[in-house]
Amino acid sequence: MDLSALGACLSTSACVVTQTTSGLIVGMLLFLVAAGLTLIFGVLKVVNFAHGTFYMLGGYVAYSTLAVTDSYTLAVLSGALAMAVCGVLFERGLISRVYGSNVLMQLLICYAVVLIFDDLVKIVWGPEFHAMGMPTAFQVPPLFIAGGVVPPFYAVLIGIAALIAIMLGLGLSMTRFGKTVRAAAINPQMVSALGVNTTLLFAIVFAIGGGLAGLAGALAAPVRSLSPGMGFSILIESFIVTVIGGMGSIAGALVSALLIGLVRGFGTIGFPKFTDGLIYIMMIAILVLRPQGLFGRQA
Amino acid sequence: MSGFITRRTMLAGGAAGLLAAPWVAKAQANTLRIGMQSILSGPIALLGTSSRNSLMIEQDRINAAGGFLGRQIEFVFRDSKGQPQEAARIARELVNTTGCEILVDAEASSASFAVQEVVRDLGIACIHTNSETSSLTADPKIRAPTAFRVARQGVHDAVAGSIYLAEFANARKLNKWATCSPDYAYGRDTTAQYLQFFKQFKPDVEVVTDAWPKLGQPDFTEVITKLIQAKPQALFTLLYAGDLSAFVNQGNVYALFSQMTVATPNVDYPVLAAIKNLPAGIQSATRYLETFPDTPANKEWGQVYLKRWNERPTNWSWQNAVAMQFYEEAIKKANSLDGKALAAALAGMKIKTPFGADGTITMREDHTTIGYAIGWGQTTPKEPFIVDVKAADWGKIIELETEWKKQQKYI
Repeated sequence: MDLSALGACLSTSACVVTQTTSGLIVGMLLFLVAAGLTLIFGVLKVVNFAHGTFYMLGGYVAYSTLAVTDSYTLAVLSGALAMAVCGVLFERGLISRVYGSNVLMQLLICYAVVLIFDDLVKIVWGPEFHAMGMPTAFQVPPLFIAGGVVPPFYAVLIGIAALIAIMLGLGLSMTRFGKTVRAAAINPQMVSALGVNTTLLFAIVFAIGGGLAGLAGALAAPVRSLSPGMGFSILIESFIVTVIGGMGSIAGALVSALLIGLVRGFGTIGFPKFTDGLIYIMMIAILVLRPQGLFGRQA
Repeated sequence: MSGFITRRTMLAGGAAGLLAAPWVAKAQANTLRIGMQSILSGPIALLGTSSRNSLMIEQDRINAAGGFLGRQIEFVFRDSKGQPQEAARIARELVNTTGCEILVDAEASSASFAVQEVVRDLGIACIHTNSETSSLTADPKIRAPTAFRVARQGVHDAVAGSIYLAEFANARKLNKWATCSPDYAYGRDTTAQYLQFFKQFKPDVEVVTDAWPKLGQPDFTEVITKLIQAKPQALFTLLYAGDLSAFVNQGNVYALFSQMTVATPNVDYPVLAAIKNLPAGIQSATRYLETFPDTPANKEWGQVYLKRWNERPTNWSWQNAVAMQFYEEAIKKANSLDGKALAAALAGMKIKTPFGADGTITMREDHTTIGYAIGWGQTTPKEPFIVDVKAADWGKIIELETEWKKQQKYI
């Protein structure tokens, strides 16, 4: 524990700006993955344990696209789109067969997908890790704001993630599609009885969920290592985000992802050997005070 | 068609088969099976496969030269996934069921300790090729009579690294240091060991901040910004493989490498090859480098490996090659495969090898190797990746190792 370092950090604007942006970047990328997870749970009540696999594959697809096209934009788009398609295939081919059945059955299918794709990645891209490298456009020195360091690449990532958060929020609350999705989350039988094609709706929800995870994997690929099994590490944190924010709540996912990011950002200064512990303590405290999570509906 | 096969030819064929069968069985029994176990799947499978690749080159070389005691050798490779229990089970099975007569234990430390206990029980000859944890052979209570280590060792690396870094830091007046190592036994213990020796050579060093990211953590951003905030003059890190690569890429985003000098002992060819935009001037140890020692033999071995496997060898590769060179000499000397006879031959043996600091490596009486090449230099983005390599002083390493062993009450 190093509370004097934390105090010193909080009293200088440079440290506050730097740690806050680093918390934002950790939080925003986490939000992108967790948003898909929570959306799928909110509508379909499926806990998608294979979500990390979409994140991993998104990164790998982007890596290969960049190698072929040399365009980071295309790489990110291809990662997101490919995973949207995979999301649909996964929903139609596997998950749709176990809707409403035992959670263990869903878990088994998801776990099988995780293992199969981890091995496929090993066969296609090899067992060793890969690094995508920073796109040339972002190989520039960091910006200095109020004495704090803000890398342009991260500023762009935060911007994109914030844009997605706004689009998701508005899309779900303002559009007809969003309203149908929310209605299906509450009472799918009624929505179906009213003539809405729920099969298509559920497939679209999985496409969005998979696409978001793929997008996060692709966006983060220049700075993270790609390795088989990398989806697992992000999955645990995404579950924490979903639980803290309230299962099924996009706004909750955003707030809790940012909270986790900020706890990491400042926790590492005050509690270098206990940063992860802080996150779990925060989760326990929130669940004791609000068992349904920050933005969750009372069951 | 059946008309062609008469009762007579059937009988003749059967008789021939009966006569030939013992020959086939004898040819199989005559092959000398060598058990090898390692981590051949999972995130660090690359290291295990680089061990296997190196052993396959050795198998071909040894067989072309007539094998061991006139018998062709054949490796039996097994994957333990690095799990101690599995490793112990496999070691026993390799000897008792598969009929292996000697063992190459290419496990990382956690599993090597488990294998060592099986070896103690069976009394078979075994060479550990990848465990760097010093106590495996340094602690007389843990050391086994027929188990040997052909690998670099934590305490040797810590002494060599500390001497180099102390000289480097003194020359550039780098007193304020930070550390950033993975948050588990290896990271914490080895960082402490380096710091202990480092402070011995440079008492005015001050550690201004420390960071302990989790193994396989996807994002190091908050760790990197924390390190930058503390404004150290230099950073020592034990991150490795994919974590080191992610750290370098994320550190580049914050221009970390222009704000402090970075030192690490864990840079290997695959890491160098995978990191895009490798910053120049990282102070780095050589784990395996084709240009250190800068001899034709070392270069040739690296090239043979590259041509055969289309990738470069790792630190684990050379260690496995040397293990087979030791076995070769010891079996010739003992003229036997018996555990005790080989142990007697191996203890104190010195062999010529491309990976020795002076062209030789010695197996000390305490079952561990000394005299292998340890150097520190600085990185450069292009081949040979590490330049200005300075060789470590083995006299000094052994002197401080002995002191350390006394502190630990090993001697």
